[in-house]
Amino acid sequence: MFVYADNAATTRIDPDVLQAMMPALQDLYGNPSTIYSKGREAHEALDRAREQVAKAINCRPNEVYFTSCGTESDNWAIRGIARHYASKKGKHIITTNIEHHAVLETLKAMEKEGYEVTFLPVNEEGFVTAEQVEQAIRPDTVLITVMTANNEIGSIQPIEEIVKVAKAHNVFVHTDAVQAVGHIPVDVQASGVDLLSLSGHKFHAPKGVGALYVRRGVIPDNLMNGGGQERNRRPGTENLAGILGLGAAIEKATANLERDMNYVSSLRDKLIEGIVKEIPCCKINTPSHDRLPGTVNVSIKYIEGESMLLMLDMNGICATSGSACASGDLDPSHVLLAIGLPHEVAHGSVRFSLCTKNTEEEVDYILSVLPKIAQRLRDMSPLWEEAKKNETF
Amino acid sequence: MIYSAKVMDHFSNPRNVGELADANGIGEVGNAKCGDIMKIYLKIDHDIITDVSFKTFGCGAAVATSSMATELIKGKPIREALQMTNKAVVEALDGLPAVKIHCSVLAEEAVHAAIADYLVKQGKDPADYGVKVPHCEGSCGCCDHCGE
Repeated sequence: MFVYADNAATTRIDPDVLQAMMPALQDLYGNPSTIYSKGREAHEALDRAREQVAKAINCRPNEVYFTSCGTESDNWAIRGIARHYASKKGKHIITTNIEHHAVLETLKAMEKEGYEVTFLPVNEEGFVTAEQVEQAIRPDTVLITVMTANNEIGSIQPIEEIVKVAKAHNVFVHTDAVQAVGHIPVDVQASGVDLLSLSGHKFHAPKGVGALYVRRGVIPDNLMNGGGQERNRRPGTENLAGILGLGAAIEKATANLERDMNYVSSLRDKLIEGIVKEIPCCKINTPSHDRLPGTVNVSIKYIEGESMLLMLDMNGICATSGSACASGDLDPSHVLLAIGLPHEVAHGSVRFSLCTKNTEEEVDYILSVLPKIAQRLRDMSPLWEEAKKNETF
Repeated sequence: MIYSAKVMDHFSNPRNVGELADANGIGEVGNAKCGDIMKIYLKIDHDIITDVSFKTFGCGAAVATSSMATELIKGKPIREALQMTNKAVVEALDGLPAVKIHCSVLAEEAVHAAIADYLVKQGKDPADYGVKVPHCEGSCGCCDHCGE
């Protein structure tokens, strides 16, 4: 059996999405910036996709800017706001220590350019509070950037409350909602965020297309210089096929969101329950509340994540790990360390991320394979040998 | 990052895995914080390694290098086993990704540590045999050895 359980990394293109893209790869080849019929029809298609995105996140179409990916959206939002408003407000930015690298590395680079960044710690379940954010706000704070949902453990941050304290101090809020859009309700009017990043390939659109929501009246400086596309904010000839895919995918992902969330949550709960029941000495790193429907992050103590992934792969299961060895990094996942896991427990983590395309049979299959893998690796592990002497099961 | 077929073979079917009840030389190197621990058990008779086994906590390369190292020293006199370099382990596995070379270093060190344990128990000085004292390569960057 083949089971793709790494949907937080990327998703497969939905067949309906592919259909929606095909015109742009065939007859709809006009440049949307041109005035003749071939260009106009491309422009109309672009507008329709913009409306689909606007409807899904509850904003005006002219507040949606298409980009190449979530990373670009994050970079643009953060650097753009900082550059435009730093002279008026200051050079202090607030974020959390569990952000995606697209945010963290951008901010670390900006520290070298003279910005000051407060990286707020999260609690052991992976949450930051609005109180923490408020306490960190200074007169020179120009931007607060907090992710909507964490990619590794699935914790959903209290964005609405954070926006409330930010507004009280007149500070802009950006949120990286790359893991949230298409999976949980995202409403920029309800939350009040000023900027929001999203990425198509996380909800069955192709890779290479994203968007940034920018509230009307908010002006991030441009990242790139060039033509007048995206209302002079984001130059470059539009990736029309990708954009049409993004539009179709976001419409489909949000059409029956509650039903889909219930379905995916039931798979997640079944997987978590099965793991806890079948594998002793493991720790579920996904919080028990305010979490994404599809994310299951677990540390299986006394074994190492990359070994687990290789064995899962031999059994046809695609998952990922926060282990340093799996990523080629020196340290294990910054998110798992941030929620207080010791290095050795973080090394033994594995993440399954499910979506509507997964089935109960697939979860059953994972549950039939994973305990055997854990046992096999533990039988090889000198740490397990020690643990057996000390732990009671 | 892609492993060679040889690495995958030794990872999925590790040779000599487990504990050795009558081992007279045991060496353990690495630490859990870095994500790699290798423990090698030796049964040595008249300075010949008559049996060997290992237990490893670590990635695919850590398991595969442990397995290959045990194969390379099995049946060898200890002086010969001490000549086994991490490079020999890497070559026998048809190469390792650059970030995994430290696993082969760990395998070499585990062999030296186990032989040292045997020699000390025999009342001999490991230095006389050219046993290397395991040292941190600074390659993992996450333990106290690297001054963090």
